[in-house]
Parts: sequence; C-alpha cells; structure tokens
Amino acid sequence: MSVVIEQPRSPRNRNQANLEKYGWLYMRLSGALLVILIFGHLFTNLFAGEGIKAIDFAFVGGKWSDPFWKVWDLAMLWLALIHGTNGMRTIVNDYTSKENIRKALVWSLWGICAVLVTLGTLVVFTFDPCPAGALPELLPSFCPTA
Amino acid sequence: MPTMPAGTLYRGKVGMWSWVLHRITGVAIFFFLLVHVLDTALVRLSPEAYNAVISTYKTPLIGLAELGLVAAILFHALNGLRIILIDFWRKGVKYQNLMFWIVIAIALIAFIGFAPRHLSHVFG
Ligand code: HEM
Ligand code: HEM
Repeated sequence: MSVVIEQPRSPRNRNQANLEKYGWLYMRLSGALLVILIFGHLFTNLFAGEGIKAIDFAFVGGKWSDPFWKVWDLAMLWLALIHGTNGMRTIVNDYTSKENIRKALVWSLWGICAVLVTLGTLVVFTFDPCPAGALPELLPSFCPTA
Repeated sequence: MPTMPAGTLYRGKVGMWSWVLHRITGVAIFFFLLVHVLDTALVRLSPEAYNAVISTYKTPLIGLAELGLVAAILFHALNGLRIILIDFWRKGVKYQNLMFWIVIAIALIAFIGFAPRHLSHVFG
C-alpha cells in the first residue's frame, strides 16, 4: 500500500504536509496560467490563417524571431511540463502498490521532465531562423539570400 | 437500513465522472507534450528534418487525432477552472454540478467552432 491512512490523532509531519500543499497550489496556479498560454498557442498555430497547413520551419522561424513568442513558449514549456509531471505523480501514487515501483516511476517522471525542460529551453535560446547552408526556400522570407 | 449517501462531491454521478475524465485527459495531454517537445526540437537539427517530420503529421489520421487532442484540452482546461472554483469560491461546492454542465457547454461550442475549420485544412 502506498497510501497510508494515519491514526486520526497522530502528530503530522509538517514539512511533508507543506510540500504537498505547495504542489496542490502549484496545480491550480499553473493551470490558470496555462489556460491563456495553451489556448493562445492553439489559436495562432492551429486556428488562425491556414491552421495546421502553415506549420513548417519558416513558420517557427517567424514566430521565434519575436521575443514575445519566445517568452510565451518558454513559460508554457516549464509550466505545462511541471504541471503534467506532478499530475502524473499523483496518479502513480494512487495506483502503485509496491513502494519501490512507486519510487522508480516517480523518479523517472521527474527525470523525463528535467530532460525535456532543459532540451526545450535550449532549443528556444539557441534557435537560428536562418541557418547557414540550408535551402533558401525552406527559410523565413526575412533571411538574407546568399 | 443504510441508505446511499446523497450528494457527496466525488462519489458517483457528475463529481466522479468529471474526475475520471479529468484524469484521462491529463494523461493524454502529458504524453502528447513529451512527443511535441521532441518534434519541436528538430528545428535545431535542420529545416529539412523538421519539415520532414511535420509533413508526416499532415495526414487525415493525425488530423482527426488533433481533433481529439483539442477536445481533451478543452475539457481538461475548463474543468480545471471548475476545480479551482470548487476549491476557492465560497459557493463552488454548491454549484459544482451546474458548473460541470457549463464546462461541457462551453467546450462543445468551442469545439463546434474549431472542428469544421480544422477539417477543411486537413482535407482541403
Ligand atoms: C495540434 C496542436 C498543436 C500544434 C499544431 C502546435 C505547434 C507548435 C509549433 C509549430 C511550435 C513551435 C514554436 C511555435 O510556433 O510557437 C510549438 C511549440 C511548443 N508547443 Fe505546441 N502545438 C500544438 C499543441 C500544443 C499543446 C496542446 C501544448 C501544451 C500542452 C503545446 C506546447 C508547446 C510548447 C511548450 C512549445 C515550445 C517547445 C520548446 O520550447 O521547445 N503545444 N508547438
Ligand atoms: C489548460 C490548462 C490546465 C488547467 C486549468 C489544468 C488544471 C488542473 C487541475 C486544477 C488539476 C487538479 C489537481 C488536483 O486535483 O489537485 C489538474 C490535474 C492534472 N493535470 Fe492539468 N490543467 C491544465 C493543463 C494540463 C496540461 C497541459 C497537462 C499535461 C501536460 C495536464 C495534466 C494533468 C494531470 C496528469 C493531472 C492529474 C490528474 C489527476 O490527479 O487525476 N494539465 N489539472
């Protein structure tokens, strides 16, 4: 059993209780912000203009040459991945019955989260909309033609 | 004789099914996001690599899956706001049942606004 129901009047471990409280608060805070971030993302990338048809390298180049969308995507990346990972942790806690399996799954979740947050952040910061040597017709229209 | 407890928030009826749906959609969006961060990372490899992978997404099957993704996000996001209201609004628990149907109504309206347009891009 991973869920231990304590004796009703046993003293609580305050630190652990606070950590869970901050997790609970985070789910609500990040959720409220993600509504705006994700619907904004879906509107520009899936609904406006040609929708899904328009997505290609040049489209991303156009968006990520504007710091506004870089900040937008970074906020979405961090908030959504940590929210999703913490939510998955709750689910793992609910359905695993062996403690070492539960631990392994929760550690894997945070491992995957850390790798993807790092990768996604590096991608935004190191992105080059006009990489040298690429076919000019694949690049955004503002790139200098060699 | 013991009777069924009536009107608990998370046992049976709307309270429970909204929780089940919230959980399933949360997991689905999570796995989508793992793949999505990886495919977006291809922009650092080369324009060719990114376009090649994105063009494999521009098929009717993935187009329909995108409808499912949007439906899942609409429900999870709006029901998430409902959960926040239940927790922080004084009258949240009282109106949780009504709020569930408002969530469904707004999600449906948004979906009906989105689906034909998206399908016309996928099949057009
Ligand atoms: C089918 C619907 C979607 C499409 C077509 C789409 C498309 C894209 C595109 C083209 C980019 C590149 C940058 C940009 O244009 O802003 C991107 C980045 C991103 N998307 Fe989406 N997206 C979709 C759904 C989602 C959803 C539902 C989420 C959140 C759960 C999400 C989260 C992100 C994040 C975090 C990034 C930045 C990745 C990074 O920093 O490497 N996207 N998306
Ligand atoms: C669009 C805005 C979103 C809102 C308003 C929202 C809101 C919430 C809320 C309030 C909870 C409940 C936490 C609790 O019961 O303590 C939750 C759980 C969860 N969310 Fe979200 N969320 C959003 C986006 C996302 C995204 C993008 C993902 C995936 C990457 C996600 C995955 C999950 C998961 C897996 C859970 C756990 C479900 C459970 O414990 O049954 N959510 N969300």
